[in-house]
Amino acid sequence: LDYQHVQVPFEITLWIMLASLAKIGFHLYNKLPSVVPESCLLIFVGLIMGGIIYGLNDRSPPVMDTDIFFLYLLPPIVLDAGYFMPSRPFFENIGTILLYAVVGTIWNVFGIGFSLYGICQVKAFRLQDVSLLHNLLFGSLIAAVDPVAVLAVFEEIHVNEKLHILVFGESLLNDAVTVVLYKLFRSFCEMPTIKSVDVFAGVGKFFVVGLGGVLVGLSFGFTAAFTTRFTKDIRVIEPLFVFLYSYLSYLTAEMFHLSGIVAIIACAMGMKRYVEANISLKSHTTVKYFMKMWSSVSDTLIFIFLGVSTIGENHEWNWPYICFTVIFCLVWRALGVLVLTFFVNRFHVNTITGKDQFIIAYGGLRGAICFSLVFLLPDFHRKKLFIAATTVVILFTVFIQGMTIRPLVDLLAVKRKRESAPTVGEQIHIRFLDHLLAGIEDISGHWGQYYWKDKLEYFNSKYLQKILLREYDQPKSSIVLLYEKLERKHAIELAETGQLGRAPSHPSLLNDRAVIMDKKLEDDALNPHVLDNMQEILARNLYRTRRTGPAYSRHTLPGETEHVEHAKGILILRHKSL
Amino acid sequence: LSAFSPHSPVTSEQIEHLHRRFKQLSRDQLTIRKENFDSIPDLEFNPIRGKIVHAFFDKRNLRQESDGLADEINFEDFLTIMSYFRPIEMNMDEEQLDRFRKEKLKFLFHMYDSDHDGKITLQEYRNVVEELLSGNPHLEKESARSIADGAMMEAASICVGQMGPDQVYEGITFDDFLKMWQGIDIETKMHVRFLTMETIAHCY
Repeated sequence: LDYQHVQVPFEITLWIMLASLAKIGFHLYNKLPSVVPESCLLIFVGLIMGGIIYGLNDRSPPVMDTDIFFLYLLPPIVLDAGYFMPSRPFFENIGTILLYAVVGTIWNVFGIGFSLYGICQVKAFRLQDVSLLHNLLFGSLIAAVDPVAVLAVFEEIHVNEKLHILVFGESLLNDAVTVVLYKLFRSFCEMPTIKSVDVFAGVGKFFVVGLGGVLVGLSFGFTAAFTTRFTKDIRVIEPLFVFLYSYLSYLTAEMFHLSGIVAIIACAMGMKRYVEANISLKSHTTVKYFMKMWSSVSDTLIFIFLGVSTIGENHEWNWPYICFTVIFCLVWRALGVLVLTFFVNRFHVNTITGKDQFIIAYGGLRGAICFSLVFLLPDFHRKKLFIAATTVVILFTVFIQGMTIRPLVDLLAVKRKRESAPTVGEQIHIRFLDHLLAGIEDISGHWGQYYWKDKLEYFNSKYLQKILLREYDQPKSSIVLLYEKLERKHAIELAETGQLGRAPSHPSLLNDRAVIMDKKLEDDALNPHVLDNMQEILARNLYRTRRTGPAYSRHTLPGETEHVEHAKGILILRHKSL
Repeated sequence: LSAFSPHSPVTSEQIEHLHRRFKQLSRDQLTIRKENFDSIPDLEFNPIRGKIVHAFFDKRNLRQESDGLADEINFEDFLTIMSYFRPIEMNMDEEQLDRFRKEKLKFLFHMYDSDHDGKITLQEYRNVVEELLSGNPHLEKESARSIADGAMMEAASICVGQMGPDQVYEGITFDDFLKMWQGIDIETKMHVRFLTMETIAHCY
């Protein structure tokens, strides 16, 4: 028995297997996912596993190694989030998102840090040796909202798009602030004296970290798009480039002490448009599937490890400190959201209702990032206290807030996601509005949001598309793309249900644009009666598209129908005028 | 300017800014004509430029009784058009919100309905789509037409539901138009940010 030889890969595979089997288990029992979010169940499984290991070995189970988390488990999830981020709502609300991510996080860090320091001053709690700097350091790692946890919970509750993108966008972008503050306070802990120069350097560093991350991400993204321009003859490895370049951007950013999460998001968003135009349809599907698969596995593993690591002797249970941490996290988040939203509404940057504000505040979940950061802390005598406090906060937010957010959303009647299929008409209206508002901004001499968007589009079509797209001669407007997609989908549906009984290649009814037909249709003879009927069938059935699923979901791919494989070709139909 | 109604409440700073802009466009005259809009460089690349300029002179938007196009507009008319783009106020009640929304949609409707007959016909819709896609030189005209046809059919199915094979859908009326825009929250989308809505109607 040569266990030593295979031990490491064997154990890794076993963990992944356990995670996947647990997932199957939850979904077999239908009622459970609607009451208890999956993340809770996974932590619970982890707790059980941890307990078993502890019982068997009588020592603490393996704690999730910080390196493994940051280098292997986190990137797939963030990549998945960035690649499938609906860019339109994201950029429409970018001002608000940045405000929450940057100012909100700073507010939380200092608020929590100072209030906990105040608690430490109380003699009865025996916490006097926890200095202000330590409290601020703790504040910096506990204040940030975690994208993994937010994704896991919000995905199942389907709130309206704007709310979803606000919380989600904030959780992704606050990484830049967290990185800077965490490293700053940690270096302050080690420095004998702190001068004001150091503080200013810290502020400057924030801009470097954030913008540097974006630059790194964009450069890798555009390089990836450029590479895919030449992959016409080796389609099989096309998906690989997407993953390689994104991962490289993450690692490069981390190497330079920049924000890896921001880099990978910028990379994914930057390359998406061009890569999707260049790669084949099959590669596209592969990319989607692999991303979802990897992020799913990562997600599951993270929660299980969280559960496992909770058991053990890593904790110092000083209950006053822990309870006050939880209370302050909630209080400061609520205050922060209230104050910032007041300014946002006042200056008409956005309009966020009271109900939405509550969900934003309540949806500030903490997760695995805090957990890993606390293990990264330098060993000092109060470290275990911080570990205990972090664990309790995470468990509280994931279990209690995670489980109650769905009934609260129902109770408060928060505006839910609109479950309707995309229509060409809507797309036309939205584009019309875009151009109209850009025009009005030009006329009134105001350089606003639409002005810059217009300028960016112009820059894109003039320069970027020429370099990054393989077939530059056919850039397509979003209206045309959506129209073609709907036509294709509808034609496939019709072909499957057998309503297109005969080959309608009669020249008088269809123009020359009607092209490739399904093989089985070609064999049947022409029937003029059916041709007449076809016109009528098309007129009545066209665009009764069926409901598509949510725009972004961990479990399903965007815009997928089950039976796409049937029709062999694309049917582009013309229909006469009304 | 002395006849400022609560219809177009903007603050005095914004009025000043717009007045300066107006003077710039009109070259210090009291009124502007269509030709004056040619001097805005960025507007040239806008695919629906024609419709936007047209909207400024459309008498229905200027709240005048008669129909058709005005030849020239003064500063008050300019402000009236601009006021269609003011942002939503947080303390509006249901009725005000509804009126607010209808106003904006009416402006849009007039832009689509170029022959002023109160209906958006297929030809007008085609015209809109062609203009929107005109920025792309490689797109055939046929594609734009078929897209417009498809969109019209969608509109028909939303507004009229299932149609018999002999029924003809004449055009989109304003009520149908309202139905089509139900999913898009125009109150928050259709505004130019610097126009805030203070209820003081300052006279210049």
